[in-house]
Amino acid sequence: MAYVAIRGGADAIKGSARLMDALRAMGASAPLELDQIERQMPLLHSRVLSEGGLYHPRLASLALKQSLGDSLEAAFFLRAYRSTKPRLGETAPHDTRAMRIIRRVSAAFKDIPGGQMLGATPDYLHRLFRFELMDEGAERFADIARDWFGDRPGAQTPTTFPKVLDTLRAEGLLPPLADDETPPFDITREPLIFPVPRSAQLSTMARGETGGLLALAYSNMRGYGDVHPTVGELRVGYLPVMVPHPVTGKPMEAGEVLVTECEIVAMFEKADSGAPVFTLGYGACFGHNEVKAIAMAVLDRAISVAREKGRIANPSEDPEFVLLHVDGIESMGFCTHYKMPHYVTFQADMDRLRAARAKTGEAADAPR
Amino acid sequence: MHPVDAMGQDRDGAAYGFAFLDEDAKRELRRAIFKAVCIPGHQVPYASREMPIARGFGTGGMQLTLALLGPSDCVKVIDQGADDSVNAANIRAFFALTCPGVTGALRTEAASVIQTRHRIPEQPLRADQILVLQVPYPDPLVVVEPNAARRRRMHGRADYARLWVKLYEDMVAFDEITISHRYPTRINGHYIIDPSPIPRWDVPKLHRAECLYLFGAGREKRIYAVPPHTDAIPITFNDVAFAVESFRDRTTGKRHVCRRCGADDSFLDEFPDEDGVRVFQCSDAAWCAMRLDRMEAAE
Repeated sequence: MAYVAIRGGADAIKGSARLMDALRAMGASAPLELDQIERQMPLLHSRVLSEGGLYHPRLASLALKQSLGDSLEAAFFLRAYRSTKPRLGETAPHDTRAMRIIRRVSAAFKDIPGGQMLGATPDYLHRLFRFELMDEGAERFADIARDWFGDRPGAQTPTTFPKVLDTLRAEGLLPPLADDETPPFDITREPLIFPVPRSAQLSTMARGETGGLLALAYSNMRGYGDVHPTVGELRVGYLPVMVPHPVTGKPMEAGEVLVTECEIVAMFEKADSGAPVFTLGYGACFGHNEVKAIAMAVLDRAISVAREKGRIANPSEDPEFVLLHVDGIESMGFCTHYKMPHYVTFQADMDRLRAARAKTGEAADAPR
Repeated sequence: MHPVDAMGQDRDGAAYGFAFLDEDAKRELRRAIFKAVCIPGHQVPYASREMPIARGFGTGGMQLTLALLGPSDCVKVIDQGADDSVNAANIRAFFALTCPGVTGALRTEAASVIQTRHRIPEQPLRADQILVLQVPYPDPLVVVEPNAARRRRMHGRADYARLWVKLYEDMVAFDEITISHRYPTRINGHYIIDPSPIPRWDVPKLHRAECLYLFGAGREKRIYAVPPHTDAIPITFNDVAFAVESFRDRTTGKRHVCRRCGADDSFLDEFPDEDGVRVFQCSDAAWCAMRLDRMEAAE
């Protein structure tokens, strides 16, 4: 009964917190600096930013440090912090053409206006260990940076890139963009009551858990669904954030956010006008998270297919199934809660089992 | 807005304001509470905020409590009936940290707000007390209908036929209703609620009570209420009586009693002691302590 003994609960928690802290400090390693996390684990950092749903790079680093590198826990820190902040305003929709691109690829066309730009990606790297990284010094870091910047001419990349999909739209192969003036659904201020608009669908997935989104999207890709996506364009870059000035109302740049955006083109459907057109799936999230953005785009398309056809044929097409189960903070929390004591409900379970066993003639519990 | 609400809000964002949540969130919660009280048993959706404890640990109850507490309140937190279990201790510590002025209580009668998981105190609550229950699954229909949109329609029409079918199937298979906790309970003649994972022992306490019962499901984003003096009837058949847990020994026929206070009228936890012998003890720690105090005073 030490688990619940008087004072025991509070003391045990204190002890556990001290041990968590001690685990970080044990051994001879130097304390992690927040900057190291953001710089040297940018993809983990990105994941936390995006799943946390709060763009605060410094706090995302702190969250990773404090949570001992658990991405679910770290995202949770950002979410909880968000609950203490009021919503001060809304931004107008942002055009991602204004993005300062660091990477951009299209799987649909060999050459695209503005050019393919591979950027930093592990996609074509051999996953072979570089054992020399086991022991690197600060000097080596300096050398790498010098080598990279040394032979680089000044800014020569254009500041904006056209969208690949514009080409398809110009040709009529994709339906024209509808001007939607309805204010977007704010999932931080309204619960999801189904059916929900697509904006709720997109924002729920934008802060969804990468693994959860991937698993559901993969089920669609493998055969429990038929989206058959082509990555029309995947771009990663910094998007200037324009917020209305509190007094004048004029948009002003408040900073920039790192964003991954993916537009997938799926098989064609009959359009209202008669001629068949391609369909589109959209994914976007904070940070550099390509798998997440692609998975989100596939699921966006899958759910839309079901909505258009009025028939759900696969789990990944069911908005309730997808949207209520992809949030990492919620699913991780609920999974974790099973570790808490459940002895009252278990006592009630035993009572029912014993009663049922007594009725069916089985030997009831023998007293010890 | 409470006078202390704006205090302690550090500009750097390092510190947290009174009762953690921002004021808009608290206002939304209070409005949802009003609506829940006005439509007894109806699940009111709200934009549940993320709390600094994990989903499933009582974030729904916590948000209700934070929206209710003012600096003159006295709060009690229990988990499985006990004040000192890890989760209760953790939540109480959070209230102590974020609600300056609020006092804590172990005695049931001393608290103005009691947050609980899985139990309703044995001590009947008064009209000036509110019991906040933590809820994992707010919808009793989830066992018969996974689709939330369809469930909403069923609630609106009070279409609970499938729940009764489930009970009937239980009778056919086991000659017993096997629902041990989260017993579907009809409120004010219309909505059926999931009263949270309280044992059947606690369900009758909901019926025409003096106090207000509030239910908060954080992950599922629903709030509902059983207001004072409201009918709360566990669903069953005319010829099958609703039964609470029996603590009668099946061989001797005698009722087990608490090994500490000797109570024979409380919900008991059963567990093996150090020697592996099955022992019983009050699940409600405050009830047990009160009885022990009385016995000591009488001596």
